[in-house]
Amino acid sequence: MVRISCVVALALAALPALAQSKFNPDISVILQGTAASSSQDPDKYRITGFAPSGGEVAPAPRGFSLGESELIIGANVDAYFRGQLTAALTPENEVELEEAFFQTLGLGDGFSVKGGRFLSGIGYLNEIHQHAWDFQDAPLVYKAFLGGKFNDDGVQVRWVAPTELFVELGAEAGRGRGFPGSDVSKNGAAAGSVFGHVGGDLGPSTAWRAGLSYLQVEAKDRSFDEVDSLGTAVTQAFSGKSRLWIADIVLKWAPDGNATSTSFKLQGEYFRRREDGELSLDTLSGAYSSNQSGWYLQGVYQFMPRWRAGYRYDRLDHGTVSNGIVDSGAASAADFPLLMTDYNPTRQTVMVDFSPSEFSRFRLQLASDKSQQGVTDNQVLLQYILSLGAHGAHKF
Amino acid sequence: MKCLLILFFFVALPVEASLNIFACTPEWGSLAKELGGDKASVYIATTALQDPHRIEARPSLIARARGADLMVCTGAELEIGWVPLLQSQSGNAKIQAGRPGYFEAATAVTLIDKPERIDRSMGDVHAAGNPHIHLDPRNIAAVAAALGSRMASLDPGEAAYYRERQKAFLERWAQASARWEKQAAPLKGMPLVVYHKDLSYLIGWLGMSEVGALEPKPGLPPSTAHLGELLARLKQKPAKAVVRSAYADPRPAEWLAERAGIPAVVVAFTVSGTEQAKDLFGLYDDTIARLLRAAN
Repeated sequence: MVRISCVVALALAALPALAQSKFNPDISVILQGTAASSSQDPDKYRITGFAPSGGEVAPAPRGFSLGESELIIGANVDAYFRGQLTAALTPENEVELEEAFFQTLGLGDGFSVKGGRFLSGIGYLNEIHQHAWDFQDAPLVYKAFLGGKFNDDGVQVRWVAPTELFVELGAEAGRGRGFPGSDVSKNGAAAGSVFGHVGGDLGPSTAWRAGLSYLQVEAKDRSFDEVDSLGTAVTQAFSGKSRLWIADIVLKWAPDGNATSTSFKLQGEYFRRREDGELSLDTLSGAYSSNQSGWYLQGVYQFMPRWRAGYRYDRLDHGTVSNGIVDSGAASAADFPLLMTDYNPTRQTVMVDFSPSEFSRFRLQLASDKSQQGVTDNQVLLQYILSLGAHGAHKF
Repeated sequence: MKCLLILFFFVALPVEASLNIFACTPEWGSLAKELGGDKASVYIATTALQDPHRIEARPSLIARARGADLMVCTGAELEIGWVPLLQSQSGNAKIQAGRPGYFEAATAVTLIDKPERIDRSMGDVHAAGNPHIHLDPRNIAAVAAALGSRMASLDPGEAAYYRERQKAFLERWAQASARWEKQAAPLKGMPLVVYHKDLSYLIGWLGMSEVGALEPKPGLPPSTAHLGELLARLKQKPAKAVVRSAYADPRPAEWLAERAGIPAVVVAFTVSGTEQAKDLFGLYDDTIARLLRAAN
């Protein structure tokens, strides 16, 4: 009896009449494409000093090409949950499920819970859909440390503090399916992260947010193909723990907070990763640890309605690597041309974009990409991004 | 025991002494202050110099939405680009759509310009109709009636206080409305060029006529081609003034006004848009005074 009355009381307290006027989910489609030219073959793209992630991190294909078309479907499930599915339809005619999650609607006290596959809350850019980025491609730190983005299968809990200063804490547990993980088969979580954000306004014209994140992932036989010092094809694989710290900051300015005519956005992130475990080279194996970092800083200035220009500087630091196979003399550093290096990749990118309306954007982007030791890839691309369907709301 | 604790938690929340109100735009913030007096603490999320269509769900707004008991917005998709994010990111159960803590002013009035068919090629039009409802005093009265009742039901301990203030406000408002209608009588039939269709309710209420808009389509910035066309049209059929809201870009309005030889008028659009528009009464006083000056 007590239990029943408790349930009824709870239901009455938590659920006022909810008149849902529309049952159809919101559907939106993002159409994207590029026409690109580059002085190096994008198919051979590698970042010196960093193991290939297997993610889609190469520069845009040469010539005309379709980017990823996105299909986003979302709606309130009932009075308690919202669901969303984001499917990326690749130009190779494959469907990639980027997101498929449910989210609580007003759990109360600042809490919200997400479950399924979702873009992780670590860093700043990770949670922002690619079509809303200010450049066509990801910063080098995202390419090298996260394979472009981290969207794991798992659960996320977030809490917003009851303060005037924005303070948000979050934690995630997941299967570690994507780089730097390797989708190990195990009970429990192979990936875990925690993050915190603070933010606020500096007067009516400026808003800011800063964050600190930590991601820990287990990898098992995370392998890639390499060519050793004799020109023989070999396989290298890492098993162990990958720990990543990210510090991020974003600052947006617009006169009186009105971004219709002019605005400025400054954004930067610093990544630091430590990996400890074992590295194998075909049948050889030895202890391996690395301590590497990188950062980018970018500014985008809207100089008149519809027109923006931006500059981005990327840099990776090869850091320190200790490789047991090399130390024992079983193989030489030259047998690890990608991992054993003293080269620091850099890239400079500029872009101008024109947005005829809130729903269409055309962009010209130029880059001088020194991701690979000894080569400079000069890239030029034109990109279009069109969004149709439901009015999307973009995160800060 | 656990059940009791949870029950206590739900029951305990509404008896807070003061109502924390998050107002999406200055006009509803001002109205909430009129109705809430010292029992309500009102945070206004935007200023009159910001375009209410183009606000970002920035961290400070999420933090403020987190602690709100009541969110007062326009609705009719005006805040569609940012309010849903505040609701989902604040983790605040009270302000979710469909709950009593989320109030949409547009549901209290009848919207005009409801499109028969809707397509993005028409610009940024709102399916529910024109959401800029607050420049018709009859709409303010209707919203005040609905909002006052909502506040009373959310803070039942102070219900009598809110009802009292609501009654007093509606009386003062009815008197002021009659005065404005008398003052604005010379504006009847006055042809105006507007920037965006955000003054349509004002124009309809005072019987003025809108003969053109600087935006070629709602939400698109004025182009020189469109302004040239508009200028040619004004040569045939002149307007009395080019009117823009305080948040809109002044350059296109000044360009056209200069060439058409008519005054460019800035109106506050909402509370705090001009120095005189300190509250809702000041907003109407000042707007009518500015239009009267242009009419003579």
